[in-house]
Amino acid sequence: MDVDGEELTAQETALYDRQIRVWGADAQRRLSKAHVLVYGMKGTVAEFCKNIVLAGVGSLTLIDDRVATAEAFSSNFLIPPYENVYSGKTLAQLCCDSLKDFNPMVRVSVEKGHLSTFDVEFFAKFDVVVVSCCSLSAKKLVNEKCRTLSKRVAFYTVDCRDSCGEIFVDLQHYKYSKKKLDETVECNLQYPTFVEAISVPWRALQLRMSKLYFAMRVIEKYEEAEGRRVGEVSIADLPGVLKLKRELCTTQSLSESHVPDTLLERLVTNTTEFPPVCAIIGGILGQEVIKAISGKGDPIKNFFFFDALDGKGIIEDISDSNGGR
Amino acid sequence: MASTLPHFTADIKGAKVLMVGAGGIGCELLKTLALSGFSDIHIIDMDTIEVSNLNRQFLFRQSHVGQSKAKPSDEVLNQVARDAVLKFRPGISITPYHANVKDPDFNVDFFKEFNVVLNGLDNLDARRHVNRLCLAANVPLVESGTTGFLGQVTVHVKGKTECYECQPKPAPKTYPVCTITSTPSKFVHCIVWAKDLLFAKLLGDKNQENDLNVRSSDAASSSENVKDVFERRKDEDIEEYGRKIFDHVFGYNIELALSNEETWKSRTRPKPIYSKDVLSEELAPQNGNVANNHASDDGLSVSAMASLGMKNLQDIWSVKENSRIFLEALRLFFTKREKEIGNLSFDKDDQLAVEFVTAAANIRAASFGIPLHNLFEAKGIAGNIVHAVATTNAVIAGLIVIEAMKVLRNDIQSYRMTYCLEHPSRNMLLMPVEPFEPNKSCYTPLSLEVNTNHSKLKDLVEKIVKAKLGMDLPLIMNASSLLYEAGDVEDDMVPIYEANLEKVLSELPSPVTGGTMLTVEDYQQELKCNINIKHREEFDEEKEPDGMVLLGWTQPVSVPESKDKSVGNGASTSDATIAAAESEKDDEIGIVSPLKKRKLHDDSDVSKAVAETKNHKQLQVIDDEDDLVVLEDNLDGFKKRRL
Repeated sequence: MDVDGEELTAQETALYDRQIRVWGADAQRRLSKAHVLVYGMKGTVAEFCKNIVLAGVGSLTLIDDRVATAEAFSSNFLIPPYENVYSGKTLAQLCCDSLKDFNPMVRVSVEKGHLSTFDVEFFAKFDVVVVSCCSLSAKKLVNEKCRTLSKRVAFYTVDCRDSCGEIFVDLQHYKYSKKKLDETVECNLQYPTFVEAISVPWRALQLRMSKLYFAMRVIEKYEEAEGRRVGEVSIADLPGVLKLKRELCTTQSLSESHVPDTLLERLVTNTTEFPPVCAIIGGILGQEVIKAISGKGDPIKNFFFFDALDGKGIIEDISDSNGGR
Repeated sequence: MASTLPHFTADIKGAKVLMVGAGGIGCELLKTLALSGFSDIHIIDMDTIEVSNLNRQFLFRQSHVGQSKAKPSDEVLNQVARDAVLKFRPGISITPYHANVKDPDFNVDFFKEFNVVLNGLDNLDARRHVNRLCLAANVPLVESGTTGFLGQVTVHVKGKTECYECQPKPAPKTYPVCTITSTPSKFVHCIVWAKDLLFAKLLGDKNQENDLNVRSSDAASSSENVKDVFERRKDEDIEEYGRKIFDHVFGYNIELALSNEETWKSRTRPKPIYSKDVLSEELAPQNGNVANNHASDDGLSVSAMASLGMKNLQDIWSVKENSRIFLEALRLFFTKREKEIGNLSFDKDDQLAVEFVTAAANIRAASFGIPLHNLFEAKGIAGNIVHAVATTNAVIAGLIVIEAMKVLRNDIQSYRMTYCLEHPSRNMLLMPVEPFEPNKSCYTPLSLEVNTNHSKLKDLVEKIVKAKLGMDLPLIMNASSLLYEAGDVEDDMVPIYEANLEKVLSELPSPVTGGTMLTVEDYQQELKCNINIKHREEFDEEKEPDGMVLLGWTQPVSVPESKDKSVGNGASTSDATIAAAESEKDDEIGIVSPLKKRKLHDDSDVSKAVAETKNHKQLQVIDDEDDLVVLEDNLDGFKKRRL
């Protein structure tokens, strides 16, 4: 991103006054030149999009070819609940119409197609890629494509089920600055890919690792193995999910108590998103993307978990370098 | 929690909730409530929509600027926030009230109608008021605030958890008058001088007491002249007038101050600045861009920067540029906005006022060797602008809704106070903490040290009952005799109360002396306190500027300012301190420790978190757009207090 160059306009300074006081004019300029791609327009992503459109990113591109149904707007405030408005339109189109309204200075557009059909060059147009409601293989694929580019494309996955949420972050080799006792210091972080992260042996992880991490991997694997779409599970799948959990715990030499059955039951029973958790996860993700674009402040490395039941929002570092115990 | 949160729908559907504040947190909250299935939402908000709110109040658009947040003017068909939410959730009931939450209509009976009250407020005063009404009506309160990346949500249920006021809250910062008028050492002192003294003197209400100039060494003899200097003579040329003011406040007044040698023994001597030294003799600045200056329709769009062809808010102006802005801004006030002169009060959204205050503060800073600041920064200081971003508000709103759901289920064991942190503590960005039990000393008898032969009832009402106890419409009794009552008072009592206000305490019809127990009550807040009066002769003017000290009241805790010695000067007309905060939107910097003695849910030692927290000096937390709720820079002090 070319950061030097033109100053913020008076219009921008007036609109973004309060946030420029938080992250500075240079960060605001970087934001206004950043291009963000999102895939999977459910409630959490809708929250995220609202946040970065309000913050003033340069452009936002939406992909989701699914046709809107009554179920789609249950936790997505970007979709008008009138059949005559939504019928025939895709989720991405409907969300795009609403988002444009939030901030006329941001270019919001729709790209058609499925994730797997986009080539590497397509991803080169973006600085940030966020995917949601994606199968395990799609996550791996997009992450790999972002990695093969010479420019650094920040990659995020985000998913919410029941009253739980998970964010994964891959910033590759990331340099940033942060304030430390009135001084600005330069920092470096090396991120693993999604595949590398989830390949870290479970027994190598800290005892206090968030249980949600294991549970999400079990569900992800189950849906992949059964050929289901993301979220296409119900209580009827619980026996199968629990069986897979036991197998995985055995192979990974992890005590089964680290993946509570009650947690898995919640995640398969209630696959719809819970609006307050969408707001929380969408807010945290928005903040992370703003940090990554501006190069300011400690980013999450490399997972974030929130469960409304205990109210904790926890950062976990799951990478080789951090594995040994 | 036994079952999972999403299964709460039955509790939610029948619930009637009151939201107070429709700002940054409020917009997010209304959206999340509606999505979560709440269907009977009432909102109280009195503000209008500003451009600088649009970046995080997504329910509003440019076309709504200037309209009330909760209920726009009549030309617009309906309430903006309500309409925006009804677009994606038709069929739910949203009832907006465009009013101040302190209006008597919102009494205890009104509050009793609700199952839970949710605050998204921006000032201490309103928070305390809502807290008291919730206690009186026995309605649970979920309280919140954000500042930048920091935020917090707390739950207050009468008899179960501490109330909002069980913890001390800091008072708005104030500065000694002499620091402002004579010995500024920080840029903020120059801003307060430019805004509360110079701007008020030249453009505000002439009848207001004003400390400008009283600190000169021979103020008594010069006071006659002083009056003349600030008054623009009939037909006086505006350029001449501007230069006269300039030379008086930045030149002559500094010379006068310098003549008081005592003051400068241990301080750097300021340099007087005269207009002829910084500006060439030619009058009339070049009005380069006058053609672009669409001033006529809208007074607030008049700008000295535009008029002088200056654009960048991030540039720091030279003394010469500040001087040109100062004179040009004054000229524009007197030529384009003359009708407002005498009624103006500083408004951070008034461009010309911000330009004038920035320039005046910078010229004064230059005199005193204080670094100059750009307009953007000066505006932030002058307007007490609190940093705000949409993402923190969104997170906090989600947390409020989760707590509201627990409250509706009466799931006391699950209530949590949650802190949203900028730097993770024990890997947590969102940190839940078990709520405290109610503080037993909250609202216990108070005592007041006061010189009952000097202080008037008026002083007690203003400085203690209103300012400290936060009462709005107080009633004051000495045993069975009524000394004062505010609000809806019978006509024949008005003159009696007025007369009492002017009386010294010991000379009241029912004398207040050492040992007297006063009863102070606010019916609307349903708050009643007993104050035990202790007579004391002497007060330290600097440390105890009120001339009275309230004991036993845990808040607000004032933030101590520097220990400037006051300049000896008998001519001082006031020993009051100047509040740096705006009176309407007083920001408070609260101090709340997220960690003190609280047990973290299911996790062990807090010490590491405490240590980490200390390293991030000032974790400040929170409030909505225009203010700040919490944070912490004095953990030790707090722990002691609690023990």
